Amino acid sequence: MLNPFDNFHFDWLRRRRAFIGISIAIMIAGLVSAVGRELTPGGTDSFNMGVDFKGGTIVTAKFRNRPTDDEIRAALNNSGVGDPVIQSSTNKPDEVLIKIPLLEAETSPEGVSDQDHTLQVQAGRAEVKSALDTFGTAAEGDATLDTAPDAAYKIIGTDSVGAIAGSQLRNQAVIATLLGLVGILVFIAFRYDWTYAAGAVIAVFHDVIMVLSFFSIFQWEVNLTVIAAILTIVGFSVNDSIVIFDRVRENVPMRRHDSLFEITNDSINQTLSRTVITAGLVILSVLALVVFGGEVLRSFSLALLVGLTLGCYSTIAIASPIAIWWQSKLGDSKIKDALAPSTTKGEKLASSSRRSVTRRPVTR
Amino acid sequence: MKRTGLWIRTGVILAITLVGVYMVFGPRRMPTSADFTWEGIKTNLAENINLGLDLKGGSHLVMRVKLDDYLKTMTENNAQAAVSAIQDSTEPKFQVTNNATVAENGNYSFNVTLADGTDLSAVAEAVKKKVDLQTWNETTSGSTISWTLGAAAQNVLKVDAVSQAKKIIESRINTYGVKEPTIQNQGSPTSGQILLQMPGVDDPERVKSLIGAESNLALMKIVSAANPAPVTTYPTVDAAKASLGGTVPANRKILPYAERDEPTAAGQTPDQKAPTRYVVVEYPAVVDGSELRNAEAVSRTGAQGDYQISFQFKPSGAQKFGEWTGKNINNYMAVVLNDEVKSAAFIKSQIFDSGEISGKFTKTSAEDLALTLKSGALPAKIVYQEERTVGPSLGADSIRSGVEASLGGLGLVIVFMLFYYRGSGVNAVVALVLNMLLTIAALVLIRSTLTLPGIAGLILGIGMAVDSNVLIFERIREELKAGFDIPTSIDLGFDRAFVTIIDTHITTIISSIILYMAGGAGPIRGFAVTLILGLLINLFTAVFVSRTIFNWELSLRPKMDRLSI
Repeated sequence: MLNPFDNFHFDWLRRRRAFIGISIAIMIAGLVSAVGRELTPGGTDSFNMGVDFKGGTIVTAKFRNRPTDDEIRAALNNSGVGDPVIQSSTNKPDEVLIKIPLLEAETSPEGVSDQDHTLQVQAGRAEVKSALDTFGTAAEGDATLDTAPDAAYKIIGTDSVGAIAGSQLRNQAVIATLLGLVGILVFIAFRYDWTYAAGAVIAVFHDVIMVLSFFSIFQWEVNLTVIAAILTIVGFSVNDSIVIFDRVRENVPMRRHDSLFEITNDSINQTLSRTVITAGLVILSVLALVVFGGEVLRSFSLALLVGLTLGCYSTIAIASPIAIWWQSKLGDSKIKDALAPSTTKGEKLASSSRRSVTRRPVTR
Repeated sequence: MKRTGLWIRTGVILAITLVGVYMVFGPRRMPTSADFTWEGIKTNLAENINLGLDLKGGSHLVMRVKLDDYLKTMTENNAQAAVSAIQDSTEPKFQVTNNATVAENGNYSFNVTLADGTDLSAVAEAVKKKVDLQTWNETTSGSTISWTLGAAAQNVLKVDAVSQAKKIIESRINTYGVKEPTIQNQGSPTSGQILLQMPGVDDPERVKSLIGAESNLALMKIVSAANPAPVTTYPTVDAAKASLGGTVPANRKILPYAERDEPTAAGQTPDQKAPTRYVVVEYPAVVDGSELRNAEAVSRTGAQGDYQISFQFKPSGAQKFGEWTGKNINNYMAVVLNDEVKSAAFIKSQIFDSGEISGKFTKTSAEDLALTLKSGALPAKIVYQEERTVGPSLGADSIRSGVEASLGGLGLVIVFMLFYYRGSGVNAVVALVLNMLLTIAALVLIRSTLTLPGIAGLILGIGMAVDSNVLIFERIREELKAGFDIPTSIDLGFDRAFVTIIDTHITTIISSIILYMAGGAGPIRGFAVTLILGLLINLFTAVFVSRTIFNWELSLRPKMDRLSI
């Protein structure tokens, strides 16, 4: 039997202040990055928002003989497209992503007539196409580069998003995620306790804010796939918290003389092998995605890598300390009341509520 | 160990697996031997799984009907029609001294002020005979009558306009030959947003111009001396206005008239366009586009650039048109398309049900125009908010990388589980593979669409399935270490881990259901659906199936003294 975690013991909660300190430091760095970038005139934005949320056009073109980035940029500039971002896909050398932002004046949803957005959404593809026509003709319609021997390139995909649609997508995703978290909060409160629910949900917020901090600091592009990644992170982080809470819930009635502090610490250690194996497997697959996934999935895989790692960390460093801290603040009287039925000789564990077995005086 | 219970469990598992295999790989007809070849399996698989546009290629358009414009135009038209209804009456006290229209920021109303306020109800009756104002609130004060559109009535009109637009768009793209398009509301019905998905279309330009084309046809009477005098035209708008005494009354309109390339003066070549002139027409129109029954592009000579559009009216329109033409022999009539006079001709005799729009159209433009005329006029302009197209090759690439990522991850997990958990790792592998198969089968069963975010959900589902196995195995190991015998350890391990698994799964399922409901039609939904399915199925595969395999082991080797875990 292979088990490197036998008899492993580490006092996690003693380091809680250090853990929380590290988290706060990173979050402050993220905040400084976001606010600082926003306030710096002429600088970059807080987040490198992709076309999905900011509006604009991405054209994916496949070339027979791929021109250099500079040639493509020059061709685009010549036909009046300002500020294009040219991105190669790492795993497909003949394909290139051309991103055109909405014009500066058109980025705000307010004060811009519908007409402008319409034009932008409709014109993006046509503009890029007219610029690329300087490299040769396009394979149109059903023709591919293989069936049309004269064609120099083919546009294989377009994403055009108006500013209004972009902000709608963003708001919808944020609202859906927040509502989902409320659902999680209520369920954990029902199954465990409000203190645990708060711990798990605060840990989720911690993870999401940390991921966003990384995205702001390193200016990784925020697009729709990042939303999918964040949803995944939320699910994983809560999953992780519940595994440990469940173990605490199980240990509490068996160890009446220990403090919740010790019980939680032991629970973390008891489930550590599971945490390491699951997280290791998941993170390893994501790492493969970061390395081999290519340009299109870059934001998605980076968000997952950072977020899933943080999801494990936050269960130990954030969710558990917060649950315990809150219980210590609840005061002795409440805890005594809650424990009353289970401390009587009759051992009425089954009839006492879940709440009663998860609250315990915190002494240390 | 009771064998009967085990056999029942095994039977259930086999039955579900067979159904799953059929759902994913089975043909939806009598199977033939070809279905059991590699190629046949792949074909059936492709047919069974409903791929999203991002994976199979196509166009995804989100458009918005400008409903504010629609209500605005409606208010203005009603105001104009009301005034002309009053003016048409010969009663002397029906004298409009003032009229005003409000049509912005969600307020739509108009009013008319009369010279004589004594018999307003008679005036209102006269107006309502000509103008449909049923849903408008009528109020009077002094000698003014106001009509206002309430918020509820506005919403009803908006919803109607959106569904009308959807019908029109549908008929336009159907005629164009798009296969299996989906048209649905996006967001609330009063937002005016419509989602159009067209599989297989990777350059939507022509479809877009077809959808957006505004074709408002109207046949109007020209204010002019009757035949044989030529039709009265004016060189400028001002000249036309002057003929009306300086201002344009509500029942008149000035429209541009570009006489096509017929030589009008000596020395002009036929190819040259005559300069645009203006004519005065009577408003409202005799008949409009809503009365059209059919329209088609026709060509006398078949030469490019020599197409016309002939049209027929519905019975009601033919009735109106016939009545009017009968009374107006030798008067001039204009065929007006999108507020531009396309042709002007005098009425030779009573005409009932057909007419034509002359002009030098090309074949494509004539066909598109006929198509848009036939489908009716859109209630208002359409703007595009989002346009995504995925070429078939890009879609195929996405499938490949999605499948590679999933299989790569699965392979990694399988190798690790077999290495780390040895014999019990086999349970995990069976459970994981079955989980993937059944999740896809469930997708097929509920006819859901697999999208790229859906694949992400599938991968997270696999991750949680691995987690369930790890939880169970680690727990069994703990119980073994605590000194329990093998059957008890397995029992305890499953029982304890099950509580955890249920809690983690229900939490994620709850949040996924909320995501599904609040996430709109977009990518979030695809993610939520596969994740929910994957988790539900995992409760079966990781717990029930894996447990059954352990029980078989115990039953076949009752004297087992070492569990390979």
